[in-house]
Amino acid sequence: MSEVKTPMASKSPPPERPSWMDRVTGVGTSVGRSLLLPTLALITALIIGGFIIALSDIDSLKLLFSEPATAISQMWNEVLAAYKALFQGSVGSINAISETLFAATPLLLAGLGIAVGFRAGLFNIGAQGQMLIGGLIATYVGLYLNLPAILHIPLTLAGGLAGGMLWGGFAGLLKAKTGAHEVITTIMLNFIALFFMQWVLTTSGIQDPGRNNPVSAALPESAQLPKLFGSQYRVTIGFLIAIAAVFVVQWLLYRSSIGFEFRAVGSNPEAGRYAGMNVAVVVTLAMAIAGGLAGIAGANQVMGLEPYKATPSLAGFVGFDAITVALLGRSNPIGVMWAAILFGALSAGGREMQGAAQVPIDLVVVLQALIVIFVAAPGLIRAIWRVKADDGETVTQVSTGWGS
Amino acid sequence: MTTAVDLGVEAPEVVERTSTEERRATIIGIILMVLAAVVLGVFAFGVPPDATSTFNLSLPTDAIQNLSVSFNSRLFSGVAAVLIFVLGVDRLRRRNLRWTNAALGIGLLLFVLAFLAWAAADSSFSLVGMLRSTVISSVVITLGALTGLTCERAGVINIGIEGQLLSGAFVAVVLSSAFGTLAGVAGGLIVGALLGALLAWLAIRFSVDQIIAGVVINILAVGLTSFLASRILSEAQNLNAPARVPSIRIPILADIPVIGPMFFDHTFFVYVTFLLVVALHFGFFRTRWGLRARSVGEHPKAADTLGIDVLKVRYRNVIGAGLIAGFGGAFLALAQISRFEENMTGGIGFIGLAAMIFGRWMPFGALAAGLIFGFSGALAQKVAILGTGIPSEFMLMLPYVATIIVVAGLVGRSRPPAADGQPYIKQ
Repeated sequence: MSEVKTPMASKSPPPERPSWMDRVTGVGTSVGRSLLLPTLALITALIIGGFIIALSDIDSLKLLFSEPATAISQMWNEVLAAYKALFQGSVGSINAISETLFAATPLLLAGLGIAVGFRAGLFNIGAQGQMLIGGLIATYVGLYLNLPAILHIPLTLAGGLAGGMLWGGFAGLLKAKTGAHEVITTIMLNFIALFFMQWVLTTSGIQDPGRNNPVSAALPESAQLPKLFGSQYRVTIGFLIAIAAVFVVQWLLYRSSIGFEFRAVGSNPEAGRYAGMNVAVVVTLAMAIAGGLAGIAGANQVMGLEPYKATPSLAGFVGFDAITVALLGRSNPIGVMWAAILFGALSAGGREMQGAAQVPIDLVVVLQALIVIFVAAPGLIRAIWRVKADDGETVTQVSTGWGS
Repeated sequence: MTTAVDLGVEAPEVVERTSTEERRATIIGIILMVLAAVVLGVFAFGVPPDATSTFNLSLPTDAIQNLSVSFNSRLFSGVAAVLIFVLGVDRLRRRNLRWTNAALGIGLLLFVLAFLAWAAADSSFSLVGMLRSTVISSVVITLGALTGLTCERAGVINIGIEGQLLSGAFVAVVLSSAFGTLAGVAGGLIVGALLGALLAWLAIRFSVDQIIAGVVINILAVGLTSFLASRILSEAQNLNAPARVPSIRIPILADIPVIGPMFFDHTFFVYVTFLLVVALHFGFFRTRWGLRARSVGEHPKAADTLGIDVLKVRYRNVIGAGLIAGFGGAFLALAQISRFEENMTGGIGFIGLAAMIFGRWMPFGALAAGLIFGFSGALAQKVAILGTGIPSEFMLMLPYVATIIVVAGLVGRSRPPAADGQPYIKQ
């Protein structure tokens, strides 16, 4: 990761004249500084999202020229209702918090995987496919082993890990051996995994008997993840596993020798090579670990929610949301954790928003993209809010061209 | 930023390259022999000895009707197997290394023909129909590749093509439904250019990593178009019914058997795409604009020293490329699929990027690569209809597998512009 000095940095106001925003927020402490940028990014994204909701309201738009006052108040009320539902659905009740953590679980696992890739200088867009293959292997393990839960659950998760490692490691191997850029190969592997799932889930031995669409049989109870807060709330111990993964990844990246090699090769492959590191092994292993984490996320999608069946859509949009999670968390495991919880909240709240306020949940995707744009371009936030927010670590520089 | 200046380090590569070329010839020789074995074992002996395959060479709408060729399936595949085997043996001798790709290409073509003969044993298959849909499916891929190379020749990686296509498709459908085709195309062009401008702005003004900026643009496009589709198009169905784009039959040329229906009976989008390939080739390699753009992509510092405004060239190319992507989106939504569906691009922007790499950052290369990817897509669709016992999902994987094979360098390494993906900060 080469530090990129933005052209904005040189134009920010000199330190002796803090702007009004700095004085209001009491910016100056390091915690305040590191949180200021994501917070402003979130607020800015919500404001733009508000305009998107308002300007896509056909009924009000039709009134805009004949009765502008009514139209604007209708739009305002709709935005207010949408954001109220978003808030209620994410943190407004115990159930909402459970839903937030439930949605955050796979985002956190897959996001950690992408963060590991970033640290090793690899842009893994393949979490989606890695989740599918991980979920598939986990389903086989879950269906074919007959063990008590204490063994069955870890083994099924390990199946997810193995499947994801296989799919991610393959992209890593291609990169290491042929120089094929992982951005393209992982996206292609996503589609291949999707078509493969559509076929394999219709084969006997895994397909739900009596169905003719691609759906697996339900996992036995011994392979289902227990609920965390009792049976009426959906969050499972999968969330605790994801939190544990945060600390494992933290240790791996910053305390283990292989993590040091990941980071060394990530910041400068040539230097790593001269230092005697086997770049091909590091790249393959980094992609395998990234895929393995996504694979556990895929296993979680089968083991952790009703009806405990694998489908080709088990990954939903998680694999792509995980990219934004890793970017927002700046590829730092703890940061990824908070980012996953934030996006889990947006996703849980988004469902409530769609149900209660009839605003499509896709808005959440737009909000996520906007947040990441603002976090990746701190200069933009500084220009909008006239603050001198701390950049923290610059977002990983991954563009090294298409060559090896 | 560490901008490495790689002058004078090219020399040792020449020696190494010969050995990689030799190794590649060996690998491809082995692949060809495996293909020959499959053709003989599966396609030749997998059909009854007297089975006949028929390839139809005319469409019901053609001027000359009922053209077709029929032949003995087993004999055809047997001959193909022998030819592929000979090509493989020739590669293993490691001579004439520059013909390796041609050998692979001919071998794959023979393999596909034998496969079709096997799939169409004792029945008929519309070869010309498949070739025609090859051309149609190649258009978006070619346009995507042209978008990519226009950006990358100036040193900006554009991963956001997928998002530009999708947004272009959405706006084109809405405007075409409301005001007609022309408005739809214009809308597609504008939104493609706007997203290009966003990419350029993030990448140039704020030095955001270009790949990250592109990926975020894709996510933004998916979110925004899906949001607007379920909020507006689901309520106002009439906005998802674009005006029909008529085919323009080119007189005389369209009546030529096979070639006519393939190339000369299409919507204007297809002709514009072909013209664009020629224009971009001329532009990049015969005009002052092209020379400047390429110098910015290869060595921005040198270009700057000579008085070229690097950032301006980059803005202009990325925004101009956005017009191409927007045009591609409009074609996809107005002519190819004729409605908007959520996430309708399905990764085709990335296949376009692979086509750009395969085509070695050259406009005619992009067209050739687009046709090859289009062919694999068309083959997948047609064979799924034939019912060969191969699960259709495996056929549908074909374009994506082909993309991996291409970027993995089985067809040889290609060299991107030297400053591709590197932000330029004026000292």
